Amino acid sequence: MSLTDSIPNNVDLGSDRKLLRALEKWQPKFIEWWLEMGPDGFQADDIYLRTAIDVDPKGWATYDYVKMPDYRWGIFLTPRNEDQFVNFGDNAGQKAWDEVPGELRGILRRIIVTQADTEPASVEQQRQLGKTAPSLYDLRSLFQVNVEEGRHLWAMVHLLHQYFGRDGREEAESLLERRSGDVDKPRILQTFNETTDEWLSFFCFTMFTDRDGKYQLAALSESGFDPLARATQFMLTEESFHLFTGETGIERIVQRAAELSLQDPNNDARAQGGVDLPTIQKWINFWFSSAVELFGGEISSNAADYFATGLKGRYREKAKYEDHSALRDIYEMNVLRDGKLSQEEVPLRNALNEVLRDEYVADCARAVRKWNHTIKKTGFEFELALPSRRFNRSMGMYAGASFDPQGNPITPEQFEANRSKWLPTAEDRAYVKSLMVPVTEPGKIANWIAPPKKGVNGQPFEFEYVRFNRN
Amino acid sequence: MAISFDTHPDRYKHWTLEVDGARATLTLDVQPHGGLRPDYELKLNSYDLGVDIELADAIQRVRFEHPDVKVVVVSSGQQRVFCAGANIPMLGSSTHAFKVNFCKFTNETRLYLEDASERSDLKFIAALNGTCAGGGYELAMACDHLLLIDDGSSAVSLPEVPLLGVLPGTGGLTRLVDKRKVRRDRADVFCTTSEGVRGKRAVEWNLVDEIAPRSKFEEAVDARAKAFIDAAGTARGPAITLDPVAPTIDDDGHLQYTHVTVELSAATRTATLRVRTPDTAQPTTADEIQAAGAAQWSLRAFRELDDALLRLRMNHLDIGLVVVRAEGDVDAVLASDKALHDNKDHWLASEILALQARVLRRMDLTSKSFFALVDEGTAFAGSLLELALASDRIYMLEDEDEAVTIALGPANAGAFPMTHGLSRLEARFMAEPSFVGRALERMGERLAASEADELGLITVAADDIDWEDDVRIALEERVSLSPDALTGMEASLRFPGAENADAKIFARLSAWQNWIFQRPNAVGPEGALTKYGQPDRPTFSWTRC
Repeated sequence: MSLTDSIPNNVDLGSDRKLLRALEKWQPKFIEWWLEMGPDGFQADDIYLRTAIDVDPKGWATYDYVKMPDYRWGIFLTPRNEDQFVNFGDNAGQKAWDEVPGELRGILRRIIVTQADTEPASVEQQRQLGKTAPSLYDLRSLFQVNVEEGRHLWAMVHLLHQYFGRDGREEAESLLERRSGDVDKPRILQTFNETTDEWLSFFCFTMFTDRDGKYQLAALSESGFDPLARATQFMLTEESFHLFTGETGIERIVQRAAELSLQDPNNDARAQGGVDLPTIQKWINFWFSSAVELFGGEISSNAADYFATGLKGRYREKAKYEDHSALRDIYEMNVLRDGKLSQEEVPLRNALNEVLRDEYVADCARAVRKWNHTIKKTGFEFELALPSRRFNRSMGMYAGASFDPQGNPITPEQFEANRSKWLPTAEDRAYVKSLMVPVTEPGKIANWIAPPKKGVNGQPFEFEYVRFNRN
Repeated sequence: MAISFDTHPDRYKHWTLEVDGARATLTLDVQPHGGLRPDYELKLNSYDLGVDIELADAIQRVRFEHPDVKVVVVSSGQQRVFCAGANIPMLGSSTHAFKVNFCKFTNETRLYLEDASERSDLKFIAALNGTCAGGGYELAMACDHLLLIDDGSSAVSLPEVPLLGVLPGTGGLTRLVDKRKVRRDRADVFCTTSEGVRGKRAVEWNLVDEIAPRSKFEEAVDARAKAFIDAAGTARGPAITLDPVAPTIDDDGHLQYTHVTVELSAATRTATLRVRTPDTAQPTTADEIQAAGAAQWSLRAFRELDDALLRLRMNHLDIGLVVVRAEGDVDAVLASDKALHDNKDHWLASEILALQARVLRRMDLTSKSFFALVDEGTAFAGSLLELALASDRIYMLEDEDEAVTIALGPANAGAFPMTHGLSRLEARFMAEPSFVGRALERMGERLAASEADELGLITVAADDIDWEDDVRIALEERVSLSPDALTGMEASLRFPGAENADAKIFARLSAWQNWIFQRPNAVGPEGALTKYGQPDRPTFSWTRC
């Protein structure tokens, strides 16, 4: 099969010499990377996967068995009918850019490379997880997430190849050279160098870390650089499945934790071989606090620049806001001064990272409410809570100071005294890891997690989502 | 706010100086809220004047207090960032005068670092353990060896032009093409690419000398440090201790040091800088030089002079003219100078001569008029005669009994090169180079005004009837002229002859930078420096001029 045939696309790849030349070199390197750093031990198996072969609702959710190295990673941009305009910032009202404006090259490249780097990073972080999947349904979900992160890498690499010339090609290669957690070639953002070696962390990752991705993509989908806006809009349709995987994954563990607690005479889910709710709370604390770092500094000139140039908007910029200059307003920010929190006024544009973080925090709080509802329905009494965004930060304005999970300033000694109560301990991690035993029989599921409410693509939970080809 | 240049490693806020045998490590870990002013935050190891004052002090102390050190590793105590350069909000909120003086001081500090490499058998390794941008890279380029971490993201960069609309003004542009000899078209690309260059290409373009992955980085630093130590000469020393030189300041702001005083006259916008010759016995042998340490006149007086020049520059902006007076005994200066020159192979004598040379260069580069007044009681001889030769004009009293004299010594024969490499006598006699030798033949003689005039060593010889009026009128006329024009004029006239890289940093790079620092495209209400970190973006006027 020719390169053009093997890559589903709506960018007229067949007649684009520039893109073809770039991809001819890059695609084999991508496959090499996938085989080396993609899911370990499952490359020969048939996975019931969704492949995007077109952008319309019928085309982007085509399901069939496929071996992952044969997955058809494609290039899709959300189609446009009418002229697009820059919708915010200093260039608002101008025609949207179809090519990279020279004066915005550096800043755009940084935005795209930073976003792109997260995609292969998460595949690398999760490459061992398949070996301990609690069900075939979950194993499939993992691989679906993985191949789609791969496609998101393609989407960003397409932009680099198509719009950034030689420089873009070099960056695209570097994306395959960095390695999550590698001391010498780490991924750009620290969260993407953390290990994800058990499923509670995987679900937390897809719940909290990928959800940062959603908000970043949504902000970029407002971009005045039209190819970026169109690429990220289509990525968002896939991203929602990842978030669904995380949110429902935690919900199923929460549900099971509550059920097992009720079964146990001492209400101890661990005694029943499950993950207990206080442990889940610690994971939430850890992953949420790690993910909120990804939004960047609370007061940020980069954020202001990204907005001013029209490259990165607010969440639902066009739909939600009337004033698209964001120049007149101020943002009331909680600032720590002399050990006390006080509100300070920050020019809105410089606070846009925080504005996006607000949207994110509200979304996470919604999910926690839902999980609490799930617990309540079992009849068990326990409430999970989303920690404050100030808790356990190592970057930004709150780094270096100590806060409790409610966001109150405390002393470093108080923090250390409570660390094992608030954050996963080595013992907690060892316990959760000890539960990770693979369940590969269709229709069966590990004891520590409830089955999903329904299967994939109208199939039942018992469906054989993964066919192993092993001798 | 008056700025003090007096510091000590025990009081550093931003640097730590650790010495281990022949190796010293200077680690930069800038305290974000430790700036000289409270209105900016020193993020990402960015620096202000306070940070650089500590660096200058550290380099000086390594030379005198740790003479057995052969290599200094300059590194960062922060993760993933070496140094982000001069702090932009600090620059944005500073006056033009402060920016100019700040840049001049940081330039001098980097030249001092290179001078230590050249004269003190001391090599500097820039251990770039993370992002190295702008002034951070300029500091690195002042080092002998640049070792950049190769982690796929850490880059060296000079983003001033694309991000800030100003220049990498701390020698960056000059060192790039003159010192590191980066090809000019690559330099052009590099200086307009805000994200910089990393990894192999940084080596290929000679932006750095070596790269090493994170896991091997410390090892590579150690290996390079060892190679420099192995190649270095024998150990020097024993060390001496540099005691504080900060002056007492009286109610009128006059500065009082042991050998130096500065009297200020706000009304006339003049200052009188007096240096007194030694009044106690000074060392003559190497052993005595070693034993006298920081107390000896030749070191103490010039350290005081250095501090006085810095304070005049930074804290007394409206003083336009400095009257220079060397007072005391001609023989005492010549004897002190002779001891140093006779023993210049001794490490401390050599260091003192290097320091004197540097202080005199600081004077050449000071944006104030200097008039040397040679009259009764003055002792412009040898190293102190250099103060007169560094001045814009020399007025000498022609007295009947010829008690007022000047004298040349070995100090005037090339021991104290100016920034562009010439001695002050060479720079003085561009038209008649033979006059240099003609004057030096009279070394050691006491020269009265008529002889000094004949030799071309003074500007005006005035008898006691004319003296007072001539001098008064000259001073009053001088301070009435435009300070900007004078600064530009003096900087041009003081350095006849060819430029070298060091001189270009001040004459070309700084001059352009100081022009840009005045332009609306940088500092106007819509300028790039003004708008940096603000919610909105700069707007340029597109006129090229």
